[in-house]
Amino acid sequence: MLAPVTHILPFTTIRRERLLPLPGRILVHEGQKVNSLDVVAETHFGKEHLLTDVAGALGVRAEAAQNLIRIKAGGLVSQGDEIARRKGLVPRVVRAPRSGQALLIGAGQVFMEVGETAFEMQAGIPGAVTRLIPDRGAEITFNGALVQGMWGNGQMNVGLMMPMLSSPEETLVATQLDVSLRGAVLLAGNCSDPAVLQLAGELPVRGIILGSMAPAIVPQALQAHYPIIVVDGFGQRPLNSAAYKLLTENAKHEVTLNAMAPDWQTGVRPEIFIPLPVIQEPHLPRDEETFALEQRVRLRRDPHAGAIGTLISLRPRPTIMPSGIRVIAAEVRLESGEQVLVPLANLEVLG
Amino acid sequence: MSVPLVNADSLLAVDVGTVTTRAALFDVVEGLYRFIASGHAPSTAAAPRKDIHEGVCQAIENLQTITERKFLNEDRRLIMPANDGKGVDSFAATLSAGPAIKTVVVGLLDDVSLESALRLARTVYTQVVDIIGLNDKRKPEQQIDSILHLQPDLILFAGGTDDGATRSVEHLMETIGLACYVLPAEKRPALLYAGNTKLAEKVKSSLQSLTSSLRVSPNLRPSLETEDLQPAQHALTTLFTQIRRDQMGGVDELNTWAGNTLMPTAYAEGRIIRFLSQIYDSSKGILGVNLGACAATMAAAFSGELTLGVYPQLGLGEGLSDLLRYTSLEEIQKWIPLDIPAEAIQSYLYQKSIYPTSLPATPEDLAIEQAVARQTLFVALNSVAKDFPRRVRHASPGLTPYFEPILAGGSVITRAPALGQSLLILLDAIQPVGITTLILDQNNLLPALGVAATRNPILPVQVLESGAFLGLATVVAPYLDAQFGTPVLHGRLVYQNGNESRIDIKMGALEVLPLPVGQSGRLYLQPLHHADVGFGPGRTRESGIPVTGTALGVVIDARGRPLRLPTDAGQRRELIKKWLWALGG
Repeated sequence: MLAPVTHILPFTTIRRERLLPLPGRILVHEGQKVNSLDVVAETHFGKEHLLTDVAGALGVRAEAAQNLIRIKAGGLVSQGDEIARRKGLVPRVVRAPRSGQALLIGAGQVFMEVGETAFEMQAGIPGAVTRLIPDRGAEITFNGALVQGMWGNGQMNVGLMMPMLSSPEETLVATQLDVSLRGAVLLAGNCSDPAVLQLAGELPVRGIILGSMAPAIVPQALQAHYPIIVVDGFGQRPLNSAAYKLLTENAKHEVTLNAMAPDWQTGVRPEIFIPLPVIQEPHLPRDEETFALEQRVRLRRDPHAGAIGTLISLRPRPTIMPSGIRVIAAEVRLESGEQVLVPLANLEVLG
Repeated sequence: MSVPLVNADSLLAVDVGTVTTRAALFDVVEGLYRFIASGHAPSTAAAPRKDIHEGVCQAIENLQTITERKFLNEDRRLIMPANDGKGVDSFAATLSAGPAIKTVVVGLLDDVSLESALRLARTVYTQVVDIIGLNDKRKPEQQIDSILHLQPDLILFAGGTDDGATRSVEHLMETIGLACYVLPAEKRPALLYAGNTKLAEKVKSSLQSLTSSLRVSPNLRPSLETEDLQPAQHALTTLFTQIRRDQMGGVDELNTWAGNTLMPTAYAEGRIIRFLSQIYDSSKGILGVNLGACAATMAAAFSGELTLGVYPQLGLGEGLSDLLRYTSLEEIQKWIPLDIPAEAIQSYLYQKSIYPTSLPATPEDLAIEQAVARQTLFVALNSVAKDFPRRVRHASPGLTPYFEPILAGGSVITRAPALGQSLLILLDAIQPVGITTLILDQNNLLPALGVAATRNPILPVQVLESGAFLGLATVVAPYLDAQFGTPVLHGRLVYQNGNESRIDIKMGALEVLPLPVGQSGRLYLQPLHHADVGFGPGRTRESGIPVTGTALGVVIDARGRPLRLPTDAGQRRELIKKWLWALGG
């Protein structure tokens, strides 16, 4: 049976494509080293559009208005520029309400793009540019530690990681936050207090990594201007042991938090990158596995949500769980030594 | 390679869901169509594969193992037609996997074309992200910017009765055209035009090159008084396939195997429900409910007139973290027989949304999941009921109309640990009134039968009558506004062998008269205090009602309609436990 995979890897190679939403200009070259916040490509687009009814303004039919329009499609116009004029005893003039570009002219109307905005695509991952994607972006290859999360608030930043916990289940509380943490990325077991997120924003911190988060503070987390990544899920659960070990071992290292909102259709997930020096480039991790004995697995649901163990047997026939449901199940030896029976659907391979 | 279903012997039907892909085999046994077996596998529509082919092949290979028959060749291509004991004669496919289709609905008047277009949108897996109409106060450029910002997958464009308004529709066409013109080619939406037929050619010539795909269907509102969604629904299924083809791999191949008849699962379910309402002459409607990871689907048909509602926001998968936009924690919590705090329920919703394929392993998780199922079905039924024809029969306004039968699918219902749990979920959520039969589609066969129905009507009829579905219970739900404990009904069930069971029902009771599968009997009801069991207040059928055996027999649900639960949490939990015990759950 196909198994979902979550990467919690102390040293790996990862390739990610960073693509503009619209065609634009690429600002990097192949082989170039980039930091997460470096801009790799940019594009410009009109934030708004304007439709000017020239025919109506001049009091003529649409066909007649066409001949009175003095600008061309594709041309740039400044605010106040004359875009059409009707001669006569009392001439009438139509002026551009805002600066912009005329996209289309027809049926006595002018359709303009205004409020040009630049969109800059950041690398989002520290590494080297390994491929350019014409007009759209680049592929960046990263070497180092990687922890994939389950939820992110859509922000991205880089900072030194400061563990705020001495064990994986510790809760982040407001009294732990002081000015010495300004610019840091905080690592904690869980958080359920919206005041913590507000205070962290006021310092400001550069990010927060949590094992779990109370659903009640999701709205505040989505408002935060710094990245928040939840590694294991929602409620009050400890940070899983593999992530705890990897992240605390890299305390005070520079980390990138790319807290993208998860999209299970496309495979986008929030990710934590810790760049490490390359001695020998490791293999790319597999994004898909088949369940097999001796695999390291993480349990996704209660009663052991977030626990890590080793898959020791796959039941050939459906098994009845404590809830009463009959499912294909596996036996897992948890790190505590306890053996538990888990629906296969509640397992994911760590690798 | 495709072979029409007509005159074909065997049918292999594949349904690709968000979580599971299922392959079901139907074949002729002793001259009658039968469901033979089904195989299933995890769906591979989402990352990392983003291609449904692997899941489809694995489900079929699982079926091959079960049936010891080969359907795929060495290259994993379908063997069709059947030859030398291998392959199948026909193939059907349905698809529900994939994100909700972001849809902008465009029309003229709120209560005319927009209302119909929104109803049309609800017949597939759409999420309406904007509505543009004549009463929209925004300027055209603001509407354009909205479309550009939202980047919809689909625009449903209606408006103008035939021989009616053209100018306003043309203005809307211009707005759509300008927005599509600005969008990059790969982000342009598909468009379905179902407005004033006079403008169909103009829409085609103006917008064809500006959309990813364009379909024109007959006007869904040909006159103010008439609504005809059926042709537009059919056109919408084609666009659905094209949109999914752009979102995930393997759709083209599956569609080719199916002879270009790949359908949205919900649409196929709707077809079979309508078909059944046509062939089973009944003054009542037929209701089909399905609760899956991607959506809650409600299909109700009354003498051939279908009302279909697909609610992706009420699915039990990724969307669960947003469920509280449509209901409240208290409304979910009230159905739970265990003492589980609201925070734990909220955590469940979020945790399940990030792991939509996961299953409830603990009694607490199961209790929450079943409570969520009740509430989402309840909300979905209340939503779809607004679109039921006005002529449908109710015991009282606001109550569920009379249905016979009610078919239910979705693993949270059909795979509940006990059938009593399945039944109580359905009774609590649907709150049927009168006499009805509840049937479980445990093998998810309804979509397959929906595809087969119009081309080979014998197949679904014979399969339905073959016992491929599980008769769950015959439910008698009297309607009476009376105090708890008031006698409402005397019941007498006379078995085939002449034995009989008698029962006196009081208001608030939930009682069972066993009548096992394979047996039949006659049920005599004597309503008291003008209780209505579907024949009118205080009336009954003196000659009795024929009943056939089901897994749980005859269940008399006198808990009241609408169902009111005690306000005290402890009392409520004890009562739900008592009801579960009564049903053996």
